[in-house]
Amino acid sequence: MSVAELLDGRRVCVCGGSGGVGKTTTSAAIALGMAAQGARVAVVTIDPAKRLANALGLEQLQNEPRRIAPERLAAGGMEISGELWAMMLDPKRTFDELIDRIAPDAQRAADIKANRVYRQLSSAVSGSQEFTAIAKLFDLQREGDFDLLVLDTPPSRNALDFLDAPGRLTSFLEGRALKTFVRPPGGLGLGMRVLGRGASPLFGVLRRITGIDLLSDLSSFFGLLGDMTDDFSERAAAVEAMLKAPSTAFLIVTSAHDHAIDEAIWFRRTLQESGLPFAGAIVNRVHHDLLDGGEPDDLAAPLAAEIGRSLGGRVIANLHDYHVLARRDQRSIARLRRALGARPLLQVPHFDDDVHDIAGLLQVTRYLFASEDERARMLADVVS
Amino acid sequence: MHGLLDHRLVFVTGKGGVGKSTVATAIGLLAARRGLRTIVAELSSQDRIQRAFDREVAQFEEVELAPGLSTISIDPQHAMEEYLRVKAGPLGSALGQSRLFGVFAMATPGMRELLTIGKVWELAQLHRRTRGAAPYDLVIVDAPATGHGVGLLRTPRTFAEIALVGPIAAQANAIAATIADRAFTGVVAVCTAEEMPVNETIELNDELAGDGLGLDLVIVNAVYPDRFDGAEAEQLAAVAVSSESSGTRGAVRAALSEHARAQTHAAQRARLTEELAAPVITLPYVFGEELGRGELEALADALQDATR
Repeated sequence: MSVAELLDGRRVCVCGGSGGVGKTTTSAAIALGMAAQGARVAVVTIDPAKRLANALGLEQLQNEPRRIAPERLAAGGMEISGELWAMMLDPKRTFDELIDRIAPDAQRAADIKANRVYRQLSSAVSGSQEFTAIAKLFDLQREGDFDLLVLDTPPSRNALDFLDAPGRLTSFLEGRALKTFVRPPGGLGLGMRVLGRGASPLFGVLRRITGIDLLSDLSSFFGLLGDMTDDFSERAAAVEAMLKAPSTAFLIVTSAHDHAIDEAIWFRRTLQESGLPFAGAIVNRVHHDLLDGGEPDDLAAPLAAEIGRSLGGRVIANLHDYHVLARRDQRSIARLRRALGARPLLQVPHFDDDVHDIAGLLQVTRYLFASEDERARMLADVVS
Repeated sequence: MHGLLDHRLVFVTGKGGVGKSTVATAIGLLAARRGLRTIVAELSSQDRIQRAFDREVAQFEEVELAPGLSTISIDPQHAMEEYLRVKAGPLGSALGQSRLFGVFAMATPGMRELLTIGKVWELAQLHRRTRGAAPYDLVIVDAPATGHGVGLLRTPRTFAEIALVGPIAAQANAIAATIADRAFTGVVAVCTAEEMPVNETIELNDELAGDGLGLDLVIVNAVYPDRFDGAEAEQLAAVAVSSESSGTRGAVRAALSEHARAQTHAAQRARLTEELAAPVITLPYVFGEELGRGELEALADALQDATR
């Protein structure tokens, strides 16, 4: 199975996984491969390696997709018949644009953007990256300019943060819980009063602990949002529908480290429970078994004969180290395979260097877009 | 450790996947060996450290792993309940268990982070809020990945700005002052010697400087040994093509691959030393199937050697 087959008929591809497993590179490689096959593709990424961003001509933060010049790709050895677009997400700006779009008038948008709670919400809080990434994805998808959107999810320790955080923020914006505590008086823009249920002890403690100013800030924030909370609810429902649609594919990106595999298995289960369409897993940086069941020391004598005892000995020492990783990787992959059942699992080898230029990206793309047989041949080339 | 262990509170941060938890634990082991009563706080409810020590997972409690070394997993909800219980007695307890209040508190921007860092701060106090709890000499925080890590350090200040008065503002101000005190609070960046993690570390340094903070130590983790010099690498490259044994070709290619990585590691490490004022030390790659107590102790040895 190649990525092209996995994504056949899909409009949205979300690459999830824990931090440090190569999500950004994988997302870019997927977008590149699909563009090579003729699709108009945009990849939305959070924080690409600087050199890769430079190689693609993505220096400036634009917060809108920009087309990667085909000449750059051709210079790196890739002719594409489609179009590759890329953008780096600016969470704060995406949030501001969302407010601009939803607010009934410019004044209200300006007031909201000046509100302290909003400023905190849109910049300092973890969760805003996840929330805005999804918001951007949704808008791009609705505008319909692309055949395929590839989302590189924000870096986080837990893959699941990505699924939880937008919901937390949305429920805050909807203000369901807060409406119980905070009742905006009739008109907007007037001083907000914080109303408790009489002198209820619960409310007294709340006031004592949180401080009244926080509450009145929140109160004015929700006063400003007013009916917009309904828009947030509507949007949240539409976003959820987009993520659950059969035209969306969630790919899990992982390394072969035990904890990354644990996360991948857990992530897959959560996708399933949430009714989100899981398409397959990509395991990066795999150390392949070079020994075909043998032991490193089997090679000691032939190596010593060919390159001498000293150098040969160090090659064997290195092979011992390598073999430990190869064994670990094969065991991890077997574990992931059991958890995935029949779902596709694609392996990308551990390259000599991290991917940070177009040539490196192409190398990944070639693996991801190869058929099973081709991939097996490419791996055989690596190992012997 | 270049004075790192003289702090009472040390945040360990870095890009995802570089081995923060492992390094945080190794620092903890080293501190405990030096006789400091130490606790490593995990913030992600993964309880990875307890598992590395083959412990039954006890969530949200201080668990002693080895003489002088404890760990705790901090969760915002649990931290809130504890805070309310201590601050407002039985009424606070009732409030902490109120679902509605929980939803409100957890939905308030920054509240989760504030509660988390509040608990960290409490652990680092000489007079513990938790009844009967003995003070620690050193609290090591296995902090979230870089971006979120900076956000966490910034939370008390931004929160203090929102809540201008009241106990939360006072509390947030106290925590912010503690974090700003560079004699009290230290920050360690962990990275691997690769392009992206190194970039992130340099950016982290800039961001911290913008907040009046800074890196106290950079630990480059998982550095490959370089077993071959340039001439040997050339010889191996020839053998990788010419050898008639596929076993030999494979072994030699693996050697060349690790050599290439080791070269990259050296270059990236040099970038760090050039760009950052903080001391940069390295830890070796652990070629093991799993990190257990033995490997962690070995890393603590390596840390000790690196800082001698």
